[in-house]
Amino acid sequence: MKAARISKILVANRGEIAVRVIRAAKELGKKTVAIYSDADRDALHVKMADESVRIGPSPAKDSYLSMGGIISAAKDFGADAIHPGYGFLAESAEFADTVQSEGLIFIGPSAETIRSMGNKIKAREIIRAAGVPTVPGSAISSDSVEDALDTADAIGYPVLIKAAAGGGGRGIRICNDRQDLQNQWKIARSEAYSSFGSNETYVEKYIKNAKHIEVQILGDGVHQIHLLERDCSIQRKRQKVWEEAPAPILPGDVRAAIHQSAVDIARNIHYSGAGTIEYLFDTDENRFYFMEMNTRIQVEHGITEEITGIDIVKEMIKIAEGNELSITQQDVASRGASIQVRVIAEDPENNLLPNIGKISRMNWPSGPGVRVDHGLSVEYFVPPYYDGLLAKIIVHDASRIDALKRMARALDETAIEGLKTNIKLLQALSIDDGIMAGEFNTNYFEDWLRDNGYLKKVRS
Amino acid sequence: MSVEIIKSQLPGIFYRKPDPDSEPFKNAGDSVNEGDIVGIIEIMKQYTDVKSTVSGKITEFHVEDGASIDVDMPLLSVEPEK
Repeated sequence: MKAARISKILVANRGEIAVRVIRAAKELGKKTVAIYSDADRDALHVKMADESVRIGPSPAKDSYLSMGGIISAAKDFGADAIHPGYGFLAESAEFADTVQSEGLIFIGPSAETIRSMGNKIKAREIIRAAGVPTVPGSAISSDSVEDALDTADAIGYPVLIKAAAGGGGRGIRICNDRQDLQNQWKIARSEAYSSFGSNETYVEKYIKNAKHIEVQILGDGVHQIHLLERDCSIQRKRQKVWEEAPAPILPGDVRAAIHQSAVDIARNIHYSGAGTIEYLFDTDENRFYFMEMNTRIQVEHGITEEITGIDIVKEMIKIAEGNELSITQQDVASRGASIQVRVIAEDPENNLLPNIGKISRMNWPSGPGVRVDHGLSVEYFVPPYYDGLLAKIIVHDASRIDALKRMARALDETAIEGLKTNIKLLQALSIDDGIMAGEFNTNYFEDWLRDNGYLKKVRS
Repeated sequence: MSVEIIKSQLPGIFYRKPDPDSEPFKNAGDSVNEGDIVGIIEIMKQYTDVKSTVSGKITEFHVEDGASIDVDMPLLSVEPEK
């Protein structure tokens, strides 16, 4: 690979991840350009960047998803690279292609890699070819429910119907029996089409008692390494809320095997950049399965940075400049334990419904081992147009039990006024016995929310 | 005859169409049944249907397609059937 020094990065994102990328760029001596929609005129990322440019009206499709607008802004401001963050255009192969054909550097993997991992059916085939187990199931190419029923009969209920173009927990339906599958099949197909532009779907075994374990990887196209694993089992509606590194309660041989499998996959696709390979670990069968690969920086990358001491965002930029990985697998060691919670604009007193509002006061925790990544400022109006993630509170300490106590302490210091947040709920979670024991699976949190009265009724 | 005002349960963005290229769910003057979808509210990537709470005739929409709305804001008025 040719070395191409980057001097100015346009950050094609908003909120905490835009702030995170700007910080990494500054530390590497790069200039930054922020983009913003009308709703984000006063946002923190705009104030922190060297330059900023309005990209369009508030709805994401007119601003943060506007490929043409973003690329011309990069050219107008003399940026030589674009960092996509997560969400928005981060996993758009078309965007990665366009950025490159316009003579700019896309800070991420190649369009080809994004494309092959973005189609979940194609990804499963590549992964199986690499010798890594995938969840039992298969792609169903026809509209006919018969094929789906045959597959489900062979693997056993309950099953999931998943959209091939989905991902990040979206486009998934659970079917408990034949009747259920028959009822949901057509809807799932048309939903996949309207949400992701493709009605390609597959049927997969639903693993009831599973932990969500994922492995962070880094690659330069030639060398690929892993940066250990994270446990992200605490989720609601398949959105993560509480994340830990390393994963508590994982048999040592399984841990090593998952790491190896992730490196095998990354090598197989000659991965370049930062990525995450997600697995389900079936705690009844003591087996793990590949779930999906995310070809971008992930929301929970910070806990891996804390335990390894490696700045993943800086590494992404250095890789994009054509540098060889400066870290070898032997350099990667786990130090202590790290936990992240996501502060979300949702009302714990009202079924966790999202809400918006102007921040009137905010108090962030500090002190030893506490890191807060957020994109807020007082007087900023949290708008309805984007994701409800407000901030990430990350703690690091010598052991998991110390980190848990540190998290409880950090949350006691946290306050946001002006809109409803889930802080109270996170406080309760940080002293919960099940969390303390580490014996949680992917259903734990939703059950916990119902048992503790946060959800009055079952919501889809 | 009293008119039923359907109010927003959520803040967000109010849409009168299932997607930008489609026709509105309902227009003023249309008849509506209790439970019919009359709009969608988008907030933070979550979509919630707005349903008519009565059967009758829609007399007026109080907000435009794509408008920002707040909790308890009147969205439309329906004249209930006798």
